Amino acid sequence: MDARRGSLPVPRVRQVGFFTPNAQPAPTRSQSGPPDSSSPPLSDSPASNSLSPVMIPPPRHHSDNLAAAPRPTSPLPVPEPSPFRRRGADNNNALLVGSYNPAETLLAMSPSSSHVGDGESEETMSGGWFRRSNSGKLASSLPSGTFDFSPVQSTAEALKPNKVQNPVGISVLNNTILAEVSARPAPKEQQPEAPSSSKQPKPKLTKAERRALQESQRAAKAAAKAVAAPEEVATIKSVKQHQTQKKDAPQVAVSVAASERKGGDKSQEKERRKDAPAPRMQFDDKSRVEKAKRRSVVDQTEAKKRVELFRHLPQYEHGTQLADLESKFLQLDPMHPAIYKVGLQYLAGDISGGNARCIAMLQAFQQVVKDYSTPPEKTLPRDLTAKISSYVSFFTQCRPLSMSMGNAIRFLKNRIAKLSPSLSESESKSSICTDIDRFINEKIVLADRVIVQHASSKVKDGDVLLVYGSSCVVEMVLLHSHELGKQFRVIVVDSRPKLEGKALLRRLVAKGVHCTYTHINAVSYVMHEVTKVFLGASSVLSNGTVYSRVGTACVAMVAHAFRVPVIICCEAYKFHERVQLDSICSNELGDPDAIGKVPGRMDVNYLNDVSNSGNLQLLNLMYDATPADYVSMIVTDYGMIPPTSVPVIVREYRRDHLLI
Amino acid sequence: MDFQVVVLAGGTSKELVPLVSKEVPKPLLPVANRPVLSYVLEQLELSNLKDLIVVVEGEDAALRVGGWISGAYVDRLHVEVAAVPEDVGTAGALRAIARHLTAKDILVVSGDLVSDVPPGAVAAAHRRHDAVVTSMICSTPVSGPVESGSVGAKDKIKKPRRFNIIGLDPTKQFLLYIASGAEVEKDLHIPKSILRAVGQMDIQADLMDAHMYAFKRAVLLEVLEQKQNFHSLRHDVLPYLVKTQLKSEILLNGTPQAEENGHDKVTSESNQTIISQILANASTPRFHEVYESIHNGSPTVQRTHKCCAYIASNSKYCARLNSIQAFSDINRDVIGEANHLSGYSFSVHNNIIHPSSELGSKTTVGPHCMLGEGSLMGDKCSVKRSVIGRHCRIGSNVKIVNSVVMDHVTLGDGSSIQGSIVCSNVQIQERVVLKDCQIGAGFVVSAGSEHKGESLTRKEK
Repeated sequence: MDARRGSLPVPRVRQVGFFTPNAQPAPTRSQSGPPDSSSPPLSDSPASNSLSPVMIPPPRHHSDNLAAAPRPTSPLPVPEPSPFRRRGADNNNALLVGSYNPAETLLAMSPSSSHVGDGESEETMSGGWFRRSNSGKLASSLPSGTFDFSPVQSTAEALKPNKVQNPVGISVLNNTILAEVSARPAPKEQQPEAPSSSKQPKPKLTKAERRALQESQRAAKAAAKAVAAPEEVATIKSVKQHQTQKKDAPQVAVSVAASERKGGDKSQEKERRKDAPAPRMQFDDKSRVEKAKRRSVVDQTEAKKRVELFRHLPQYEHGTQLADLESKFLQLDPMHPAIYKVGLQYLAGDISGGNARCIAMLQAFQQVVKDYSTPPEKTLPRDLTAKISSYVSFFTQCRPLSMSMGNAIRFLKNRIAKLSPSLSESESKSSICTDIDRFINEKIVLADRVIVQHASSKVKDGDVLLVYGSSCVVEMVLLHSHELGKQFRVIVVDSRPKLEGKALLRRLVAKGVHCTYTHINAVSYVMHEVTKVFLGASSVLSNGTVYSRVGTACVAMVAHAFRVPVIICCEAYKFHERVQLDSICSNELGDPDAIGKVPGRMDVNYLNDVSNSGNLQLLNLMYDATPADYVSMIVTDYGMIPPTSVPVIVREYRRDHLLI
Repeated sequence: MDFQVVVLAGGTSKELVPLVSKEVPKPLLPVANRPVLSYVLEQLELSNLKDLIVVVEGEDAALRVGGWISGAYVDRLHVEVAAVPEDVGTAGALRAIARHLTAKDILVVSGDLVSDVPPGAVAAAHRRHDAVVTSMICSTPVSGPVESGSVGAKDKIKKPRRFNIIGLDPTKQFLLYIASGAEVEKDLHIPKSILRAVGQMDIQADLMDAHMYAFKRAVLLEVLEQKQNFHSLRHDVLPYLVKTQLKSEILLNGTPQAEENGHDKVTSESNQTIISQILANASTPRFHEVYESIHNGSPTVQRTHKCCAYIASNSKYCARLNSIQAFSDINRDVIGEANHLSGYSFSVHNNIIHPSSELGSKTTVGPHCMLGEGSLMGDKCSVKRSVIGRHCRIGSNVKIVNSVVMDHVTLGDGSSIQGSIVCSNVQIQERVVLKDCQIGAGFVVSAGSEHKGESLTRKEK
């Protein structure tokens, strides 16, 4: 069935941050589930709409549930990484606590499938929507559901057959109570576990269950060629029919899901996997870090004092890397000089800003392609893709890639993979080069122009615009509006340690724009007079969250409080199907020493004497996530949209992004 | 990596007389019993730079150097040895081989550099900043013997230490001023525009230009062609480039960019400018760009170029063999504190004694010493902090301290040599006392004589 399923096994459960084994902290920014089970799915949509396996099952649900729904029937502190299940538990708290009720909860999300009989037609009607939402939900929820809601004995049952395959994985799941589910799909070694569950219930199936199984398998086969969603709904239907009979129904559901997975379209799955970005490295996973270290080109020494909450992110000693990499410049044979140069520039911070980094990377790739010649007995698409992957990992070592760059890389790889094999080498090379050019021109340059057109229509005479940091699109908007002769004033809000706003300020003033410059400390003061806030973004996620330079969220929040419209300018290639609710699971850490120092002022070193004490850990976050609530509008190349429409763009134009 | 390497090996340098001679040109001077040129070549080999052009002054010297290289590096390096007439200077040497230079960037290394700074670092800094020239700068090595203060006083008066006056921007990445100490009389002349653009400038006298440069080929050739009177890279070309970095007379990017635009018909010109604008705005502005934006409205014509400096860290060893003092210093360091450079493995006593050499009874060889193959030593000798070459015959009761003794030297009984350099085939008879002397090749020091601070050479017939 749904190929996505394959790459989405048991969500990895991790402990992050302020974690105590017994008391779950209630997350602050929680969206609680829909109040009644028949309400349309609101909060689940971000997670479920996401196409990619890289999605973060929102942690809030778990903790919500832990706080809200005590489960007397379940003596085990079981991890509950499933968002929708959790909500189901919330909703159905009163009626069935220990029992599994997938159909109802699912029905709550997808009303269209509530009628068993005419499900077929409705599904086809709404296939586009449900394919994504359901599969995402199911995939992430089912395996863990086995351990969640079934009573103890069924948990034990579930565990038994798994011994064959991977008992370790399960015990890990059981023991780690989750504070947050990792942002990436579970590591591959856990995958076998999921199919194994298909064998679980077989010996103990009742007649009804067997029927359900058969039915669902049939449905799976029938739907194998069709869209993935309907069959899933069908599964749920079948499950629903029998769910009241036995309490171990969830196992059936699991088995169904698994069998469907088996019947899934292999080629589709493959394609899917190719599209999926590589799992994000979790840097608190020691063995993986070791492995990565051995491979890595850049000699990185891990920071001695790492901030506990951000252990899963790379935290390296800054300062030594550049010199080390420079000294290896000529020794690394396979690295193309253009790649090396761009990598050095990333590392040294010579290039920053999403668009510029992306352009620099693409231009380096273009250079690589131009100089490329296929080695004997290899094919261009495969070899070049491998090369580019190695370059990408080099870039990642220099500086973690932004999501927009990930999109660009995906595009490039896709283009290479789709090259017609009949093309000669030079033809394919030139075709790739033109593709890269087109990506730069259409997705960045032209997109910027469209955004500038749209956004400057929002600038009126007498406006006071607040901008934060230095975003190239926002700058273009300001300059274009200025060229149009609009009378407005700009407040440039800046923040330490990078003080990027200074460069923007310099350029704006040079063009004759009236400017005020202030630091973010004063943002609540200046917000009184502001009429509009223009912000850039590193990425916009499919729940409308804006991932941007740290401080953006603060500015947006203050603007929201002052009822000032917040307008985000962001090219659509930066949209990402991922969902992120906080800025913890995925972020970038800058040089921690940078926040303690003032450039050019050697005498300002108040932190020097304490920075060596073990009690102090400096944290220099690079990005933060602005919740969609604070965003009034996102200006993108497809027009001006509310943040809730981001998933639509992601879904509808995703193919376009890859194919242009 | 698209770098071409030119090793300026020099010829028979006047400064090193009496050490160098027709038979032993400067590149072949032994440092720890290895020609000095080998240190550079090995460093380059480590960096995967295997296509080299070695420029030697004088045909004879070129023949000898070529012979040695082809013997030692026959299967490891691809070296072309080019001979240039003597006294053309470093700039002249490059002019002579200009047509062989094809790569985008040229790495020019002096052949007398003994260093463990990877050339890649210079190249990387060069590429990263897209500079016109990048110069490696290291801290001035400590001159003179470390412990014994006996030497030096005289030497130092004779040869004032070569200071470079180097001006750097606050980030220590760009060269703003460079002059060798000898040239500077009282004042430094620094263009006001540079000072104004940078705002702050560090002038340091404790740094040394290590004579390893990365040049943009187009720029280098243009400068060499335009300024025919330029004689030396260090004294003429580099200061010129540094001085004119904000009022560049060389057209840098104008032509190649136009070409690129011509090729890409898909991308319109305006798109190209937007892209470059985005890139330019995103990068942290250097003072060059700031200056440019203030003084020059159109960004298309570039009127500035960047001169970068790569400052080697203090933990690296870096020295140039350009004086007699430097020769003994480097010899001392290579078997002493920088012994990883020598390529030998040291014994537990921190010295190297070739297994084929023979020591008499009660003869001691201290740490930081080197004894070449086939050398014979008599009884009751003592060797401290010295290098002794191959096939030397040393009598009994000989003291050698802080000295360099080259190959095939005969030392008579009871002689004492301190702080001296004894070249090949020298014969020193009994009871000779040498202190701070340089003995030219083939010289015979008669028995019982005492010399102090002298330079003895054989009269040319």
